[in-house]
Amino acid sequence: MTELSKKDALVQYAAQIGDNGLIIGHRMSEWCFRAPALEMEIALMNCALDLIGQARELYTYAAVTQDEGKSEDDFAYLRDEQDFRNLLLTEVPNGDWGDTIVRLFLMSAYNKLFYTALANSKDAQLAAIGAKSIKEVIYHQRFSSEWLIRLGDGTPESHDRVQKSLDTLWAYTGELFTMTDAETLLLADGIAVDVTALKADWDQVVSDVLTQATLTVPADLWPQLGSKAEGRHTEHFGFIITDMQFMQRRYPGCEW
Amino acid sequence: MTDSMTTPAKNFDPAAVWAILEAVKDPEIPVLSIVDLGIAREVKDNEDGHLEIVISPTYSGCPAMYMLEEQIKETLIHHGYPDPIVTTSLSPAWTTDWMTESGKQKLEAYGIAPPEKTTSNKSVLFGGQKKIACPRCKSENSEQISEFGSTACKALYRCLDCLEPFDYFKCI
Repeated sequence: MTELSKKDALVQYAAQIGDNGLIIGHRMSEWCFRAPALEMEIALMNCALDLIGQARELYTYAAVTQDEGKSEDDFAYLRDEQDFRNLLLTEVPNGDWGDTIVRLFLMSAYNKLFYTALANSKDAQLAAIGAKSIKEVIYHQRFSSEWLIRLGDGTPESHDRVQKSLDTLWAYTGELFTMTDAETLLLADGIAVDVTALKADWDQVVSDVLTQATLTVPADLWPQLGSKAEGRHTEHFGFIITDMQFMQRRYPGCEW
Repeated sequence: MTDSMTTPAKNFDPAAVWAILEAVKDPEIPVLSIVDLGIAREVKDNEDGHLEIVISPTYSGCPAMYMLEEQIKETLIHHGYPDPIVTTSLSPAWTTDWMTESGKQKLEAYGIAPPEKTTSNKSVLFGGQKKIACPRCKSENSEQISEFGSTACKALYRCLDCLEPFDYFKCI
């Protein structure tokens, strides 16, 4: 096995954080023209725009660091399935409104803690992206928390359905707190975030909202892993990039 | 340019460039310039002798940024500054505090409630919402419909007196 250089680790790291934003942002954009009410749709599209915007900043930084003449578009449109290292939680299908809200809530609670830590990175550009993103993900966390409380503490049907969403998606949360080799290498230099250290705070934030929502925190069972460390995805992922990358594959280099 | 200028390294007058940038408007809020919004941060000579404009995006995903970059370049070229460069700075992160007072007045006259920095309403301390004045009838008897509005930077409100819905420029 070849030694991972610090430069390659930084490219991988920036791209991997960007993958989370792009993939969950793309999933949420699938609600366009489909949400139950106009305000709900606009809210989801606003959140999606923030997340894709964050991904663009991270991909651009990965491309600049890599210094091989690539751009953000190469990262989004011209990589294959195995090259994407997003968290599995970001790629599972939207399901119903409750599933979408639970996923956004679990990710936003994580993103808030993650970007707060990243804002203290010794890498100036990652710190800048972190500080900028905090302001945005706070809105996502508040929006999804309010909906989760409304659904959980709503009717018996909304309560049961959103509890089921939570139980199903919970298996993907273990991956949020795993470290890749690149992260471990960069952590030693104070560049990467130690995500294992975010778990206790995340548990607290999540359990506070779930209590208000009269929902039960699921037990930590066998976690679903594979994407972040090795690019092994769920069967749903291929369909995302088929849709997202079609134009660039069919008309290479096409621009607006 | 005269020989008597004290800073010969500069081949431009910063005040003149700032005045030109006033002509570059936000495509979503055409009454505001990038100077009013605090998006234009710095005007300088870069190492290669090009005029460089540093801008800060309002939100990470703001779709107007690319258009603004192009407009800045086009406007400067039109005013006789060849090959201007536009660079983006993320740190410090853009804040509504950078919006000018005249910008806030223009925003309100346009029908968008400007960002509120401070409030004397004590209920905010206990989780209540800030009272936002309706840009049309000025009543503070308003309520939030949604924290998300027609663009990333705005929230949706409704005036309970004149009953008109309105946009509020979020304070970040």
